[in-house]
Amino acid sequence: MKHIVAPVAEIPPGERRLVEAHGKRVVVFNLAGEFFALSDRCPHQGGSLAAGPVMGLVESPCPGEYHYGRAGEIIRCPWHAWEFDIRTGKSRFDPRRMKVRAFPACVEKGEALQAETFPVLIEEDYVVVEL
Amino acid sequence: MDLPAGAIDADLHPMVPGLSALAPYLPDLWRDQITLRGMEGFDTQAYPPKAPKTVRADWRPQGEWPASRIGHLREQVLDPWRVSRGIVTPLYGVQLVFNEDMGHAFTAALNDWTRAEWLDADPRLAGSIVLPMFNAEHAVAEIERCAPDPRFVQAMVLVMGETPLGRRHNWPVFEALVKHNLPLAIHAGTAYRNPVTSLGWPSWYAEDYAANQQAFQSTMASLITEGVFVRFPTLKVVLLESGVSWLPAFLWRLVKGWKGVRFEVPWLDRNPFDVVRENVRLSIQPFDAPEDAETVQRVMDHLGSDQMLLWSSDWPHWQFDGPPRLPPGIDATLARKICVENALSTFDRLALEVTP
Repeated sequence: MKHIVAPVAEIPPGERRLVEAHGKRVVVFNLAGEFFALSDRCPHQGGSLAAGPVMGLVESPCPGEYHYGRAGEIIRCPWHAWEFDIRTGKSRFDPRRMKVRAFPACVEKGEALQAETFPVLIEEDYVVVEL
Repeated sequence: MDLPAGAIDADLHPMVPGLSALAPYLPDLWRDQITLRGMEGFDTQAYPPKAPKTVRADWRPQGEWPASRIGHLREQVLDPWRVSRGIVTPLYGVQLVFNEDMGHAFTAALNDWTRAEWLDADPRLAGSIVLPMFNAEHAVAEIERCAPDPRFVQAMVLVMGETPLGRRHNWPVFEALVKHNLPLAIHAGTAYRNPVTSLGWPSWYAEDYAANQQAFQSTMASLITEGVFVRFPTLKVVLLESGVSWLPAFLWRLVKGWKGVRFEVPWLDRNPFDVVRENVRLSIQPFDAPEDAETVQRVMDHLGSDQMLLWSSDWPHWQFDGPPRLPPGIDATLARKICVENALSTFDRLALEVTP
């Protein structure tokens, strides 16, 4: 089900917005103009990811070497600091088995959204999540 | 459960009968220092010679040092319990010496004493290279010196040393161990560089002995988080006289912390519990669980592996009375693993067949 979150200008790069729709709490992130949506419930104990800090990704080919990149693309749960990749919802410590649910998010033109119940302006772009 | 025949004893402690026993194995310089300085010996308060825990009372012979001759070991362990192989690890306190050159010399003498007085005396015996860890170069040199003798099947450090064991200044030691396919044994005890608890000095021996468990925990945390098993994935670590039952609960805490601060140790790309299951082995004397099968089974379930435990008598330490038994609730298959198979897969240099 398609849900219109906000006009693009309301969630600038590096910002996030918590939305509630269709019985779900979803946090929408703007990573340098690309939008991603994750369930706001940490799969561990349900902490609100919208309230967690973001950081880059620290990786290492061997002890003592640090590669730090992907600034702002890792969200950490405010409760136990678990790291999740904003792009995929996968945790860093066990990406295969521990992940937060990710929802498709995109930008659509107001013109194309006129049939929705959300009031839109034809000339604006909107962030949309598929729930 | 009784011991299966042919068991391998992973933790035997011959006692050095006074510093003069090492004299024949010392260079002249250090041999003369014993007399010139009036050195009395390196008996350590980790195992005070007269403490009940140090030697079982009925293993103290009249008029001579206990556990100091091959005859004692044969009569008290090897023959009556039909032990097929035993690994001897003297706990003489050569680690206490602050002069690193003197420490190196006495440690090398101790290893030569082990070789001559024990390994040469009974083909069932294998040995541990005691490492002079005050100086990593000395430790590497001692590994290189002793490793050509295949009867040395592991190297040994005390659990409480100078600094947390996993620190990178010790990595040349791990590199040498891996090169020679030698596991690193970590035994209870201290070099007395730091108080034996992180709170400061305890009052009583019971506190002191129990504190080893904290040290084992911090040592495991150090090795894992520093990335020793990432850099040296084939390094095996054998915890001796560590106890067993504390390990799962400790790892639950370490794993929980790691999940939250993984970014701090980004090289650690596996759950620490999995690292331990793969790289760490523990002797089961003591096991530290109540004498009921259900509790023991629960500890085994928490460990989640039947390959981690190694049987040991801990001779001549006072861990039990009478003949050796395994903890209750261990079936024959697991008993065989603990007493024979796990040791064979841990110590690549140890074969069941012995060449006299």
